[in-house]
Order: sequence, then structure tokens, then C-alpha cells
Amino acid sequence: MKGLKKKIDSVKPQFEKGGKFSKLHSVFDGFYTFLFTPNETSRSGVHIHDSNDSKRTMIIVVLSLIPCCLFGMWNVGLQHALATGDPDHSLFHLFFYGFWAVLPQILTAYIVGLGIEFVVAQIRGHEIQEGFLVSGILIPMICPVSTPCWMLAVAVAFAVVFAKEVFGGTGYNFLNVALVTRAFLFFAYPSKMSGDNVFVSLGGVHAVDGYSGATPLGQLAASTTGKIDVLGVTGDPLSYADMFFGFYPGSWGETSTFCILIGLVILLATGIASWRIVLSGVVGGFFMALLAHNFATPLYPVTYLSPLEQLSLGGFAFAIVFMATDPVTACRTNTGKYIYGFLIGAIAIIIRCYNTGYPEGAMLAVLLLNCFSALIDYCVVNSNINRRLKRATVKN
Amino acid sequence: MAEKIRIKKGFDIPLAGMPSSIVTDDRLTSLFAISPDDFPGPVWKAVVKPEETVNAGDPLLVDKATGKVRLVSPVAGRVKEVHRGERRHIEYVSVSKDGDPQPVNFGNNMKGNEAKEAILASGLWAMMRQRPFDIVPDPEVAPRDIFVTAFDSAPLAGELLSDSLAKWLEAGLETLASLTAGKVYLGIKAGSNISSKAAEVYEFEGPHPAGNVGTQIAAIKPVNKGETVWTLDAVTAAKIGKLVKTGEADLTTTVALTGPDVKDPHLISTFVGASIDSLIKDALVKEEGVRIISGNVLTGTRVRKDGFLRFPYRQITVIDEGDDADEFMGWASVNPGKFSVKRSFPAFLRGFSKPFHFDARIKGGHRAMILSGEYDKVFPFDIYPEFLLKAIMAKDIDKMEKLGIYEVAPEDFALPEFVDTSKIELQKTVRDGLDYLRKELS
Repeated sequence: MKGLKKKIDSVKPQFEKGGKFSKLHSVFDGFYTFLFTPNETSRSGVHIHDSNDSKRTMIIVVLSLIPCCLFGMWNVGLQHALATGDPDHSLFHLFFYGFWAVLPQILTAYIVGLGIEFVVAQIRGHEIQEGFLVSGILIPMICPVSTPCWMLAVAVAFAVVFAKEVFGGTGYNFLNVALVTRAFLFFAYPSKMSGDNVFVSLGGVHAVDGYSGATPLGQLAASTTGKIDVLGVTGDPLSYADMFFGFYPGSWGETSTFCILIGLVILLATGIASWRIVLSGVVGGFFMALLAHNFATPLYPVTYLSPLEQLSLGGFAFAIVFMATDPVTACRTNTGKYIYGFLIGAIAIIIRCYNTGYPEGAMLAVLLLNCFSALIDYCVVNSNINRRLKRATVKN
Repeated sequence: MAEKIRIKKGFDIPLAGMPSSIVTDDRLTSLFAISPDDFPGPVWKAVVKPEETVNAGDPLLVDKATGKVRLVSPVAGRVKEVHRGERRHIEYVSVSKDGDPQPVNFGNNMKGNEAKEAILASGLWAMMRQRPFDIVPDPEVAPRDIFVTAFDSAPLAGELLSDSLAKWLEAGLETLASLTAGKVYLGIKAGSNISSKAAEVYEFEGPHPAGNVGTQIAAIKPVNKGETVWTLDAVTAAKIGKLVKTGEADLTTTVALTGPDVKDPHLISTFVGASIDSLIKDALVKEEGVRIISGNVLTGTRVRKDGFLRFPYRQITVIDEGDDADEFMGWASVNPGKFSVKRSFPAFLRGFSKPFHFDARIKGGHRAMILSGEYDKVFPFDIYPEFLLKAIMAKDIDKMEKLGIYEVAPEDFALPEFVDTSKIELQKTVRDGLDYLRKELS
């Protein structure tokens, strides 16, 4: 590696102030620090540092998303094969169908998002920050497989600029960037974001008889007859195992609760995600789903789902594990995290059950609580302040 | 029986280079210096000129405002230099040891005001700190309480109190008790058999920062707005005891020479402010590419080979500078020798009982505060550190007060700074915040 380092060091001056490519300084620096850990040593305060940095943290999150991502690609292929009656169900055939179907989305998200990050970093004279490495993979995973790339590009640009960069970049945003992208798509292009025709990639092939591309929650939301069985794309009822392992249509990265659990194990084992948020989120969702299930009514067919089905279907598990735990937009106090997680879980299920206009409530619940996280922290911190005031002799 | 307090939040960094208990006498050092930067608070004025002859205990610098607080020469000899930096700021006053020491005698069996004057004149006063602001105590302000810590839990720290000093501790605590209407609290390491009648003794167990006096204050009786407490270590307390009984200002010190780049880590007995090069002569594994720290790796001051031992004069740590490491894709490393308290690196698999080699790299880029709850795990105070730090960065005095700035000193933020993923200079932030607050409130 010494040779490579020497080579890069030799072109470095051209990227510095006054150099030929000084306009690309941030980009160069981004790649440079990606390849070689900076040799900067401490100037003040402690003389030694923990090895964990922002890059490592983000990479661990991306790593924890890989099981969901790979399964999602395979599942896109599976749903396509089922819908079109393709008899070839071999692993690689299905996987590569899905891989090619979602690759343009992933590339679009990264190119647009990172492009904006590079430009902003250069204008501000900052280092390039790694936050979008995670957002860039999260965004396609929570979108329908048939989302056009231009829509995705517009939404990513909107979210990165207006949800993140205007507030100062990674670490200063108060809304989750991936979910703002999703919300923008949802409200700007509703016909491409919900309904029966967006969650399965047919790839121009005619579907088999009896095909329906509606997601389980979409079927329930649209039901007018009360309790119904949720069906797969070919019209067979879905078992609980299908729901848990994710063999049904949906936003392609978030259907498999099993793969999400693998990701959760990675995040909790490395201590990157807060177990408090995940635990209280699951408790909140379970509690609300149980309540809804006990008072199930034909008016709101989703309430017939059992709590476990509620937790396994749709984007609930994905939102709790990967969205609610975003440390920048979540509560920062431990007490606050319990409240924050619980409310996300409960509100996601409330929206899902009692607002038939929105088949899934996880996105809106997380965004809503993003807005309230600072308020929750404020209350928690204030109790600390009051405790301090109480023991003080000098008041004011 | 002393009350036992268990500190749960904290961490003992497994740094290689623990000192043995062998003490060698320093016979080499002939140059000593006192650096006023080590004593924040007063504006210091030099009262000696180069080539002037001084005795051990004669003042080198006095505080400009009252003239009462002094920094004294540790040895008898001639003033070599009053070294000034930018804007004539005094960086150090050095004295070369010369001739027989004839220490100044400050009186004997002193009590009350007489004792206080002696402490001020002997330079021991400046070895104390006050909270709020973590500065040399203002002699005009009576403290609510006085807190003394009898152990150092920082990485590779040696034993604090030697046997020869321990016998003066009780006398020192008695003297301190006479300087406050409140109490003197003595924080000892769990299991050590120090007892005291003059002070209320608390046993502390748990990881660093259990030995930090700030941690002990937070656990015993936190500082509130409008209150002042004094803090010091048991060495200074014992020296105060020796001073009031015998009139001698003890300016000797035992320095632990530690760290992965020291051949044979051990203790050295010398005087405060000894020059570094004679202390580390032939003691290092290598001569180039090292960082010499006077103090421990968390709160110490980086010094050059031609520099001097800095306050609190009890440890030197030598580590690799590491600025030539050129680590390829360090963020992807699975090297078990790369230390992290988090389990995102495999270091935890080999366990933290085996020592690690650290270098001085910050190992990442500077970022905004991203992860939450990192600091809290190593910060044993009833304070929300992230919120306090943000208030300091925003220079919001009202919020700083409410969130507890009067209770903290920069050293309390050393461990949070060590574990920080975003590599923010927390101790510097807190120091700046305290200075800003003091300026605004005066």
C-alpha cells in the first residue's frame, strides 16, 4: 500500500488550495480518507482515542442492512416469477432478476445523494460526511420496486437539500433523510407509491390469471367485507411463516422480519443502535396491536390481524430497527428513548389500523416522533434541571 | 467505617507500560522550571530576574491581583530564564540547581490564619483547585467544603501517597478543616486502610474516573450555583500537614515513568518541575516518533524533550506519535489490536485485561455529535453531558448554569473525549466554556 499512498500523495497538492483541481478538494479528501485513515494526531485534551469513528459506525449499519438487501432482491425475483408463472425458481435466477431490477434505484440514490453531499462539502469547505452511505441504501429499500428513477432522483435531491443540508449536514438534521425521501414520493406521486401495481415487478410480461399485486396491508385497507384472509400474488393465503420470512410483495427491502432481526442482532451486538428504542418500539406496537385486535371491527379490517402478524407485516419492523434508531433524529436521553420508541410503535399501528387511507403508518409515525424527539428530550432534561435547582441555595 | 460508594460509569483504559514500584533517585537533573499555565485563574507576574539567586521555597511568580498566591522555586540555585512566548506571556521560569539547599522555613506548629498564610507563601496553595471554574482558589472566598482524593485512577498512574508523606496527612486534613466552615471529605480507594478523624472518609470502588475528585464530589455532595469548594490530592494535603508542623515546604515529587515506549516503567524521586530529558535519558524504547506526555494520556500535557515536568508533577507517559502509520482502510480493519470500547471492532474478543499499544492518532475525522449516549456511559455525574456541551458551544450562560457547569472540570470530560466517535475536543470546549463564564460573571 505504500506505493499507492506515495502515488496519491504526489497528486495531492493539485487538489489543495491554489492547485489545478482545488474545486474537487472535498471529493479528493473524501476518497483519500476512505483509503487511508488520517494520520492526524491529537492536539488538545486526550492523547489517545478509541478506534471507532463515524466511517466505522456507518459501515456497520450498512453491513446490518445487507441481509435485508440480498433477501429483498431475491424476493423481487420470486414475486416476479410467481406473478408471471415463470417455472424457474432457482436461487440465482430469482436473485439476479431482482438485482437488475433494483440496481438502477440504488445507483440513482447514491449518485444523486452523494453528488449533492460532495458539492455542499466543497462549498462549505467541510470534509465529506458518511451519513448518506446509510441513507443511500435505505432509500431504495423502502420504495416499491417499480419506482421510476427520475422520481427517486427528485425525491432524494429534495430530502438531502431540505431535510439535511439546510440544517448543516449530517448530525444536524431533525428528520430522517430516508423517510423524508419516502414521504416526498408518497405525497408527490401517490399513484406510483401505493395500489396493486407497483410492488411487483412484472418486467413487461403478462401476469397469470388470478394475479393481484396488492400488499397484505393494502388488501386489508381496501377490504370492504371486514375480516379477510391475506393472499399472496397468486391468490393463495399467506401463512404466518410467509409473513415472518417476507415472501410477499411490498417495498422490496423491508418485507422479511427474519432478515431485519439478523440486522438488529448486528446493530445491538456492536452497540450502534439503541436497544431502548427497539424494545420500547416493539412493546408499543405489540400493545397497540393487541388492543386493536381485542376490539376488532369490520369497519377497520386491519384490526383483525394478530399482534405478531402486525409486527411482521409491512414496514413496521424495518422502521423500528433502522429508522427509529437513527441517533441524530431520535431522542438523545435514555428516558426519552423509551418514550420515543413506544410512541413510534403505538402510533404506527394506530395509523395502520384506523386510517384506511394509509395502509402503512410506520413512516409517518417515525417522522412525527422525529418532530417531537427534541420536545421529549427537553422535558427529560428539564427534570434534571429542576432537581439541580431544588438543591441549590441561590435561586434564579 | 467509611461509607462505600461504587462508581459504575467509567472505564479503565488498558494501556501498556504499567510502572513497577521500584523508586530510583534522580541525581541527574539540574534544571527545574515552573510553568504558570498549569495554574489557571490568577494572572501571574514574575518576581525574579535571570541570574538571581533563589532558595528552595522562594517565590518565582506571584498573582498580580492580590500578591498572595505564589509559585515557588523547588530548588536552591540561580534563575536561568524567564521564558516568554507570544505577547510576553510567561511560559516558564527555570532555575538551575546550584549549591546546598537551604530551604525557607515558614514557621512551625502553625494554626488558623498563620497556617493559611504559610500555605499561600509556600506555593502549596496553587496546587489546590476550586470549583466552579477549576482554577487556583481565591483566598478571599471561604469554601463550602474541601474534597481530597487519596488515589489516582487514571491510566498507568502510580500510587499517590508514599509512606514518608502519609504520616503528615492527618495534620494536613486538620489544617484544611480549619479553613472551611463545612467539612473535609477524603475519598480513598476501596480496600486501602487510610483513616482520618479530621475528615469524613468515603471509599470509592470502580473504574476510572473513580479517583477523580470531581467524581467524588458528584457522589458525595455536588456543587451548586453560588457555592465554592476546594479540591486537592492527598499528596498536597500531606505536604500542607508537613508545612504547618515543621515549616518546610516539601517540593519533592515521585514521578511514574510509564507508557508503552518506556523500557522499564518505574518511579523516580525528584523535585517538581524537573526537566524531561534527564528523567527519560536512556529510558525509552526509541528516540524518534514518540509523544512525551507530562501526566497521563487523558489529561496530561504534551512536552518536548527539552521541556519540564508539568503540574501535577507525578507522571510521564510516552506513547507512539503514530503520524506515519498510513493505515489502509482503517475503518474496515478487523485487527484485534485496534482498541475500541465498542464491539464494532473485534478488540473486545481478546479482552481488555491484556494491555494495548495506543498511538496519538485521533483515528477518524471530526464530525458533529452523531451517536447519542456515548458520553453518559463513562460520565458518572447527574448531568446530561451532550446537552451541557451544546450549551457551552452555543455560549448560552443560562443553560450552562442550569445543566450543571459549576460541577465540572475539563478532566471530567476526558473519558467521554476518548470514546467519542465524532472526535470532538471536549476538554478544550469545557475549559473555554469555564473561562468564558468566569469572564462574563466577573
